[in-house]
Amino acid sequence: MADETKPPEGQPPQPPSPPPKPAAKPAAKPAAPKPPAVMVTTPWEDDLTRAVKERFGDGIVESVSYVGQKFWVVTPETAIPLLEYLKREADFDYLVDITAVHYPKREKAFDLVYIVYSFARNERVRIKTQIRDGDEPPTAVPVHLTANWLEREVYDMFGIRFAGHPDLRRILMPDEWEGFPLRKEYGIVQQDNRWVRENLEIESAQ
Amino acid sequence: MADATFLDSTELVLNMGPQHPSTHGVLRVILKLDGEKVLGADCVIGYLHRGVEKIGENRTYQMFAPYVDRMDYVASVSNGLGYCLAVEKLLNVEAPPRAQAVRVILTELNRIASHLLWLGTHALDIGAMTPVFYCLREREYALNIFEKYCGARLTTHAFRIGGLQYETYDGFEEDCRAFCDMFLPRVDEYEELLTGNRIWIDRLRNVGILNIEDCKAFGVTGPVLRAAGAKWDLRKAQPYSGYEQYDFEIPIGENGDTYDRYLVRMEEMRQACRIIRQAVDKLPSGPIMGKVPKVMKPPVGEAYVSIEAPKGELGYFIVSDGSTQPYRLRVRPPSFVNLQALDRMCRGGLVADVVAIIGTLDIVLGEIDR
Repeated sequence: MADETKPPEGQPPQPPSPPPKPAAKPAAKPAAPKPPAVMVTTPWEDDLTRAVKERFGDGIVESVSYVGQKFWVVTPETAIPLLEYLKREADFDYLVDITAVHYPKREKAFDLVYIVYSFARNERVRIKTQIRDGDEPPTAVPVHLTANWLEREVYDMFGIRFAGHPDLRRILMPDEWEGFPLRKEYGIVQQDNRWVRENLEIESAQ
Repeated sequence: MADATFLDSTELVLNMGPQHPSTHGVLRVILKLDGEKVLGADCVIGYLHRGVEKIGENRTYQMFAPYVDRMDYVASVSNGLGYCLAVEKLLNVEAPPRAQAVRVILTELNRIASHLLWLGTHALDIGAMTPVFYCLREREYALNIFEKYCGARLTTHAFRIGGLQYETYDGFEEDCRAFCDMFLPRVDEYEELLTGNRIWIDRLRNVGILNIEDCKAFGVTGPVLRAAGAKWDLRKAQPYSGYEQYDFEIPIGENGDTYDRYLVRMEEMRQACRIIRQAVDKLPSGPIMGKVPKVMKPPVGEAYVSIEAPKGELGYFIVSDGSTQPYRLRVRPPSFVNLQALDRMCRGGLVADVVAIIGTLDIVLGEIDR
């Protein structure tokens, strides 16, 4: 336990690396031969993406792959029609997941990610679209029933409201909870103090 | 939903759970009833929400690994495998062949342990008292192998990113073989108790039918999908960790009812034994750890990797910003997605069937709520 100089107990936990290097936070990156700061993707060309590009034109911003996984970056209006097109024309009949990624510094603060799979083709693709904070992207429930809970979770965690969703309530957090935990500005120990006091009758849940 | 009910009164709302023993944890189901008939079921979940995805953003890649065991805690080895594979994909490393084979053995043992717990509790819910004792007895053997291998029985943290931390113990192969020899006749014993049992059949057959179209619409995977007749298993469709070397069948059902799901899982346990035997027989020698950096900083990028967990497709979507911590870590839990189909499966059935259907979905609330 006490035989080595331990780094101070605290936030950025470091793995026990041999030389006690200063905490390498991405903020102050020394300009060494570092890996690039953007995702290095390769273009994705096949019949499917050609057909999709033909059908949606400028709606498809990018069609690329990374570590062998293909995805399209599309405009927000294109996402749902594309899901529908894929389901109808290309057998992508299983919506695996919907999730979001928060980039608070970006003007379009959220990436919305749809993962679809085709049993017939044994192929998995992602659809990514960027939306602003406060935008209400259309719901995917009319295309894939499973989107119901997945979108509820995205709303619960990020506060993204889906227009036309049949039952947009919180799903994991309590209904009256304030704040959306997976946003980047939400601290890891943050809680809704008022909710905790009123419902658990304790001062703090920490 | 019918406006006027059978009793010509307003529908009855019944609250089932979160402390109901047959909800397998803290699931609350709000049932709308017409007498004994279920008109709808609304699930309230989140009682076990611990913010695993948020924790993941605040831990290094290695430090987060033990947390994934706490999601599906009856199949923690599978959780760990999925997570390790996802990070390995981002780091562009692969575990050495020996590590992959040991991973397969332990994951399949875990599949058996998970299915055994399911079988025991499912039978108990339906009123068959005996199987649970037998199931837990055999599960103990599997857990003992975990314990001898890594010291833990339930939340094992058996794998590391890049391979394994521990070499197998002396006698590991013999233990696995002995387990398979002992276990296969025991599966037949369970089947003797249940498969032809009149009560068992009456309670399961044509209960909670979910056909293949509904399965796809709801994104339901795993044994539930296979019981509806889809021959789809990620171990075959997109093999990982060397599953393509092993010879095994994907059992499927016909009707997609609770009875078929029972048969599918029973056969899956036998197939898991088959895989374990093959993996033990040709367990390669060599290193158990791939070349991974001490400080893991995957290049900027993202990857979605999924495996066939005992409950269905378990996926990890990780976004890396080039630092030591994931920028975003999303878990796609099979139980969460499968539970959504509960409403569809319960409608038109009886209250007693709800218990059977929750059991047959094989949910783990730790994974649903994360």
